[in-house]
Amino acid sequence: MGLQYRAAALAGIVTQFAWGFLEILMFRAFYRADASAFPMDFSALSSYIWLQQSFLALFAAWMMENDIMDSIVTGNISYELCRPISIYNMWYTRSIANRLARAFLRCFPILAVAVFIPNPYGIAAPASLLHFLLFLITLILGLAVTVSFCMLIYVLAFFTVSAQGLRIVFTSVVEFFTGGLIPLPFFPEKMQRVMELLPFASMQNVALRIYSGSMGGYEMKKAVIIQVFWLVAVTAAGKLLCHVAEKRIVVQGG
Amino acid sequence: MNKKKSSIKLYIHYISINIRCMMQYKSSFFLNVTGQFLVSFTVFLSMFFMFKRFSSVEGFTYSEVLLCFSTILLDFSLAEMFARGFDSFSVMVRGGDFDRILVRPRGEIMQVLGSKFELTRIGRMLQAIMMFIYGIMASGITWNFSGILTIVFMIIGGTVVFSALFLIYASICFFTLDGLEFMNIFTDGAKEFGQYPTAIYGKKILLFTTFVIPYSLFQYYPLLFLTGRSGNILLMFLPLGACWFIIPALMLWKFGVRHYKSSGS
Amino acid sequence: MITMENVCKTYKIAKRNAGFAQACKSLFHREYETICALNNVSFTINDGEMVGYIGPNGAGKSSTIKILSGILTPDSGKVLVNGKIPQKNRIEHVKNIGVVFGQRSQLWWDVPVIDSFELLKDIYSIPESDYKNNLDELTELLDLAHLLRSPARQLSLGQRMRCEIAASLLHSPHILFLDEPTIGLDAVSKLAVRDFILKQNKIHGTTVILTTHDMQDIEALTSRIILIGKGRILMDGTLDDIKKGNDNNIDETIAELYRAYDI
Repeated sequence: MGLQYRAAALAGIVTQFAWGFLEILMFRAFYRADASAFPMDFSALSSYIWLQQSFLALFAAWMMENDIMDSIVTGNISYELCRPISIYNMWYTRSIANRLARAFLRCFPILAVAVFIPNPYGIAAPASLLHFLLFLITLILGLAVTVSFCMLIYVLAFFTVSAQGLRIVFTSVVEFFTGGLIPLPFFPEKMQRVMELLPFASMQNVALRIYSGSMGGYEMKKAVIIQVFWLVAVTAAGKLLCHVAEKRIVVQGG
Repeated sequence: MNKKKSSIKLYIHYISINIRCMMQYKSSFFLNVTGQFLVSFTVFLSMFFMFKRFSSVEGFTYSEVLLCFSTILLDFSLAEMFARGFDSFSVMVRGGDFDRILVRPRGEIMQVLGSKFELTRIGRMLQAIMMFIYGIMASGITWNFSGILTIVFMIIGGTVVFSALFLIYASICFFTLDGLEFMNIFTDGAKEFGQYPTAIYGKKILLFTTFVIPYSLFQYYPLLFLTGRSGNILLMFLPLGACWFIIPALMLWKFGVRHYKSSGS
Repeated sequence: MITMENVCKTYKIAKRNAGFAQACKSLFHREYETICALNNVSFTINDGEMVGYIGPNGAGKSSTIKILSGILTPDSGKVLVNGKIPQKNRIEHVKNIGVVFGQRSQLWWDVPVIDSFELLKDIYSIPESDYKNNLDELTELLDLAHLLRSPARQLSLGQRMRCEIAASLLHSPHILFLDEPTIGLDAVSKLAVRDFILKQNKIHGTTVILTTHDMQDIEALTSRIILIGKGRILMDGTLDDIKKGNDNNIDETIAELYRAYDI
């Protein structure tokens, strides 16, 4: 799907690359100002940013499925309700598939270039094989949590008149708390401890930090358990709300 | 003169009709405003936390960076509010609504600007103004005449440059509707990274933002003058020099319109 | 008076192929196709005439309208509208024309129709008294009185089309281009629109150029028909010329013509 628009694909990759590059330059300036105050290894930070850009499509909360939003806003949703499958599961699979496809197209060029950028600005090798395996697992878990959360928003859009407004409020909050603007370790310590318990930290934060070994063994275990917890909780909440919404639509006749 | 007056009247009319449209969806409007506010507020918070950890960056203190951040945000939101009609321009070209503009006896740019006046950006604007006032008070700069003039110039220069970038974005739509994402780095990216003085990104970026897209002319250099790092009075007027950037943007637009007329896509 | 002399127009269109492999290929190489929209098109339309411009989809109807309204520049040939070249001075030219694109709206969706009209008054710098006269007349002839206060999104298609037509005539243009003005309308609205166009032509002598797929439009409105196919003018004459004393109804006659010209 993405391939058909060569310019779009290329532009996306170049944009993300430039974005990551500037971000690293910004952190470098702070690193130079006071290296002792830097909460991660600089190379770990670089890896974090390159991975973040590579897998943007997996975690970006603002990349919502426009089709789904539109069908809710325009009321076309009634057609989908007529199909004999769970609307929640259908949308869920579609979101996961779309995000994976988009990320798959974009991650390799960015990773390939980032590998050749000299240390400490490029992407480093994973801390160990174990870290790498855990990275893959938490990447998938993080994707699942993100999609569950987006699903919650789609379903909430049933109940509001402004899907667009809801989306922008939600997106800005997620970006901030998930470590999209600055990684979680850069927040003040107390705040960071609370943030790590929130569902947002279970999105990109865990995988990106595990990769370069900036989490200890105990922390990693805890993070994975929290991820699983939120995945179950958010999905359950979404399904429940979806059920309520479906009932409401049937009663109101769309 | 008469023509100018009628243009201004028309533009105000456009704004008023846009506002009336938006007021049809009040709750949506307020949610959008809140969202816009939050977007830039979280960016500010991130910067705040960075300075809690590091006391300065490339010698610039928190209050100086705050001033820099707030002027950029103000520039951007001013440009965005008025020139955001260009942002949804791809929709206009694809839907054929640009044809309608061409069969009306008014300038194309005026009509595109009028077609969408984004009042929801008032959320960002509000944020920008608050930050700006806070930044001015916290900066520790004694605000004499030349200081005030410098900051006014910075706002003018920045607004013009960002508007020019939006215009370039729209002009590209005449040729291709793919690959526009690339422009984001120069608009949203510049707003995002422009919160810090451009010099912190290294020499190459400084050169690029001086001679290619003149961000530094309305940001870094006048900031040097404002914070007393340089006494060179020339730096004060550099933001006005940044306005040259609107010329190639307008040329590209004209070229784009001509292309549209010959290809009819 | 409108004249077109040997007007040609071609487009270049990028080929988009289906399939993954093709998509990969198009990343590196793109093929273009040249499409000839107008091929040596010539005709003259006098002031006050009503002309039906017909032909299948993609025959070049829209391109002609776009060229005459100054949106599109022809590759070659001469175009004169009231003695001037439309493309040369766009702003002066468009003051004298009104355009209705049947498939697109020029009304603001969320505000009362009258607000859109008021904006048009400023866009065209219509003097207050002219505006009032025109609005009163159009309101009466198109029966808009109860529509003007409702937002366009609440109007039915027929009601909206009546407002669209009024919007295109507020500045009293001499020439009116109607691109499929009756598409999707119910019977009552169709009749109302046709009736109005006839009156407009009679009262103000407005030149009307109409593209349509609805042959009843043609029958009701125009004495002259121009048939275009594959970018060429195939026929230019009266309705009777086309029928040639044949008793078939107009739809059958046109279908026969399409077959005869293989378009």
